[in-house]
Amino acid sequence: MRSWVYAGMLLFVLLATLPLEIVLRTRVYSRLRRFGLVLVCVAPPFVLWDVLATRAGQWSFDLSQTSGVTVAGLPLEELAFFVVVPIASVMTLEAVRNVRGWTVGDEPVDRP
Amino acid sequence: MTHTTVSLVAVLATVVLDLWVLRTRLLARRVYWVSYAIVLFFQLLTNEWLTSRGVFRYDPDAILGWRIGHAPVEDFLFGFALVTWSMCFWVWWGRRGVQAGPFDGTGMLRRGGARRSADDAAATRPPAG
Repeated sequence: MRSWVYAGMLLFVLLATLPLEIVLRTRVYSRLRRFGLVLVCVAPPFVLWDVLATRAGQWSFDLSQTSGVTVAGLPLEELAFFVVVPIASVMTLEAVRNVRGWTVGDEPVDRP
Repeated sequence: MTHTTVSLVAVLATVVLDLWVLRTRLLARRVYWVSYAIVLFFQLLTNEWLTSRGVFRYDPDAILGWRIGHAPVEDFLFGFALVTWSMCFWVWWGRRGVQAGPFDGTGMLRRGGARRSADDAAATRPPAG
């Protein structure tokens, strides 16, 4: 591990959202099949976008601030980003729904 | 194509995905906008952490150069797309019956997972007095 700058930010997001699962019962980690299907649909297009934009030189990464491990030209942390951000997004949606009692659209009776 | 162009196309694709492809219509829901506002606040913090340290470096020719803190505005369009796609597919798979619910008799989400025995007792107990 060369540097924790990027990995630390991802850990912060995971730790900051973890209480939602326990206190607000977002039940994302306990519904891994559903979350896995979300990743299958979301990660490929965004990773592809990232790989192509990196190859095209639209942006680059300072590898000295990452683990130094790269996959398809992306730092390992950048790939983990496409797992961590969907986790945080879905947990936030479930948390707001549970606190406010608003519908999200997967209910048998939909009230927008 | 530049980061700006691709990001704008992604925003457009996100709107089309939500309203017409998956028909999740999250963009028309309060729950979505409140959730997105919370995620955006944290994106401001985390993206600033990375961009201010130069973990990401951008080709000046690929972006407009408009920045929020150190982060190019294009990053927020990218973030909007990623966050919204995640939420839309979560709702879509739930709607297809993958680990959805549990819901109560009125079709609303039953809070806290399973109904507690105390709730059942309260529901069946005759009113006091």
